[in-house]
Amino acid sequence: MKVVVCVKQIPDPALPGELNPTTNLLKRDGKLILDESDSYGVEMALQLVEAAGGGEVSLVSMAPNNEMSGLRTALAMGADDAILVSDENLAGTDALGTAKVLAAAIRRLSPDLILAGVESSDGYTGTVPEMVAGVLDLPSVTFAKQISIDGDTVKVQRQTEAGYDDVECKLPVLLSVTAGVVEPRYPSFKGIMAAKKKPVEALDLQGLGIDLNTVGLVGARQETIRVTEAEERESGEIIVDDGDAHQRIAEFLGELKVI
Amino acid sequence: MADISDFYDLDSTLGDDEIMIRDTVSRFVENEFNPIVAEHFEAGTFPMELVPTIADMGLLGMHLDGYGCAGASASAYGIACRELESGDSGLRSFVSVQGSLCMFPIWKYGSEEQKQQWLPRMATGEIIGCFGLTEPDHGSDPSSMTTRAVKVGDKWVLNGAKRWITNAGIAQLAIVWANTDEGFRGFLVPTDSPGFEARKIENKLSLRASITGEFYMTDVEVPETMRLPDAISIGAPLSCLSEARYGIAFGAVGVARSCYKAALEYQLDRPQFGKPLASFQINQIKFADMLTQMTNANLQANRLGQLKEANTLRPFHISMAKRHNCRVAIDAARTARAMMGANGVSTEYSPMRHANNMESVMTYEGTEEIHGLILGQEITGIPSFK
Ligand SMILES: Cc1cc2nc3c(=O)[nH]c(=O)nc-3n(C[C@@H](O)[C@H](O)[C@H](O)COP(=O)(O)OP(=O)(O)OC[C@H]3O[C@@H](n4cnc5c(N)ncnc54)[C@H](O)[C@@H]3O)c2cc1C
Ligand SMILES: Cc1cc2nc3c(=O)[nH]c(=O)nc-3n(C[C@H](O)[C@H](O)[C@H](O)COP(=O)(O)OP(=O)(O)OC[C@H]3O[C@@H](n4cnc5c(N)ncnc54)[C@H](O)[C@@H]3O)c2cc1C
Repeated sequence: MKVVVCVKQIPDPALPGELNPTTNLLKRDGKLILDESDSYGVEMALQLVEAAGGGEVSLVSMAPNNEMSGLRTALAMGADDAILVSDENLAGTDALGTAKVLAAAIRRLSPDLILAGVESSDGYTGTVPEMVAGVLDLPSVTFAKQISIDGDTVKVQRQTEAGYDDVECKLPVLLSVTAGVVEPRYPSFKGIMAAKKKPVEALDLQGLGIDLNTVGLVGARQETIRVTEAEERESGEIIVDDGDAHQRIAEFLGELKVI
Repeated sequence: MADISDFYDLDSTLGDDEIMIRDTVSRFVENEFNPIVAEHFEAGTFPMELVPTIADMGLLGMHLDGYGCAGASASAYGIACRELESGDSGLRSFVSVQGSLCMFPIWKYGSEEQKQQWLPRMATGEIIGCFGLTEPDHGSDPSSMTTRAVKVGDKWVLNGAKRWITNAGIAQLAIVWANTDEGFRGFLVPTDSPGFEARKIENKLSLRASITGEFYMTDVEVPETMRLPDAISIGAPLSCLSEARYGIAFGAVGVARSCYKAALEYQLDRPQFGKPLASFQINQIKFADMLTQMTNANLQANRLGQLKEANTLRPFHISMAKRHNCRVAIDAARTARAMMGANGVSTEYSPMRHANNMESVMTYEGTEEIHGLILGQEITGIPSFK
């Protein structure tokens, strides 16, 4: 079985991020790390391949400056190889452009199954996976919380507000994996040392055969018009206990409709 | 505020793999270990449920090659110890004892069959080891040990007691050092052997999140195949200690860092006399001293890593760093503890736990005095303790 996981490499959320004041886009020139949202997809893929008794997990990522630190983490966890798409002309690429690029890379691998995160931690439009499926003309199932493969069929528990739907679908298919549904393994030290030797194919737009006018700033149909500061959080109400604090807390929770 | 605890950016001397190993261990410590350490410290237990994750990462015997071990660099091993001990000395002890004190002697002095029989299962944590050198009446001077092994046919019969043994009581395999007619020898003794009895030492005020025990051997028999063939002098157990002490030199930096950070965060946050504690000159001087000493310790550890990789590391180098860095760590822990006032004595914060732990870490693997005397011998050419 061949599984492709889309992994986004993002600026470390623990470090202060910075926007480019002219384009209003996040600066991505430093080291990028594996988006935690995608570590679940990687773990899920590894488990599915283990359960299938063998197969291959390939990664696909689009990132500036041939950055592959995040890919290395996923390779150290156990993925077999990766395609990294990097090109100066990709600057300013929007979600659809990203999907076109990822789709072109995925096509080269002809996988049985494609996994992605439901939404990334930095952009979190939550649109790329379905756009990739659209470009590839494949079915997609969102919010997968449990996945099992049975022959040429995939069975998915799809998380909903009330519980979950059981969905069955013929392979190949694209699934977006809900964050937190599996426990991503720590990369093993052997895996870390082996990751360096795993193949990472670096491609540019030409290599992928993508028309420059359909991606990058020129191809973008999305534009970030304005950025405003997040409102400062109001400091909460302090309740001093004069014997009735428990009631007032209960009332407060009642107003929020949480109890 | 930026974290400047690696003041001279010493980690920039590490390779990519080493950085990833650092980040992996530090994420593990932060996510899995730190949230539960206080409970275990109070209860006097070690979180055995973490052993599979510790093993899966490759921490057990990580600097050894082959037999299921990760084969990471000396620096990677040191850095891993630093990150583990920033959590608790008990966590680093667990990994040191398994890797450096139990797996290393088999890897270094064992037969091919012994390596194949034990090392892979020790790397996965299926078999936990303990290292029995110290005895109730012999600590700093292990050469005067009274545990004896006598050869009878193709068997050895062991008698004696070992005390203050990390993981005794939970270990399946004891590495036992004994005196024989031929000199000091090392034995692999399954702890379920008839005549082998282990007990946990209760009431420790230090290193509480680590199991310490004692064991007694009454006519315990092991076959000749359970003797480490290449361990033929007291130098063998001492070489294991060198491996572990090397890790302690790094671990102590992790302790100092944890305490420094805890105190800094606390003092930036807590106002007294109308302004944050960190704004008073005397406290800033304390932070400056802590950071300076921690940087000294980090420099020593970093250099040890380079010497070990170049194969030019000598035992007295390790003595200096173990001694110095433990002193830095315990001082930082005590200072940090005091800078946090009453809250500093609760288990909610790390410094007092670290300060208590460092009492053990300064004692085991050669006390502060003994390492000073090893340096003294190197300086003067005159052994003062033999
Ligand atoms: C106008 C505009 C300009 C932009 N310019 C740039 C730019 O110059 N440089 C730049 O780096 N980004 C740029 N971006 C970000 C863009 O490339 C995002 O990756 C894209 O919009 C996806 O958005 P998201 O993070 O919301 O993905 P989501 O839809 O939230 O992501 C869901 C999942 O899709 C997959 N996925 C998403 N993105 C990638 C990826 N890049 N590689 C692999 N898998 C992925 C992951 O599995 C992820 O978990 C720009 C975005 C916009 C709107
Ligand atoms: C928590 C813990 C875990 C341990 N785990 C292990 C283990 O796994 N395996 C193991 O074998 N041992 C272990 N030990 C034992 C440890 O290695 C010994 O305690 C240590 O070597 C010191 O020996 P001692 O306690 O007998 O002290 P002693 O040797 O009696 O020393 C007492 C004091 O006298 C000083 N002193 C001794 N000789 C001299 C001298 N010549 N000149 C000046 N001062 C001197 C010492 O520095 C010390 O301050 C552990 C100890 C502790 C506390």
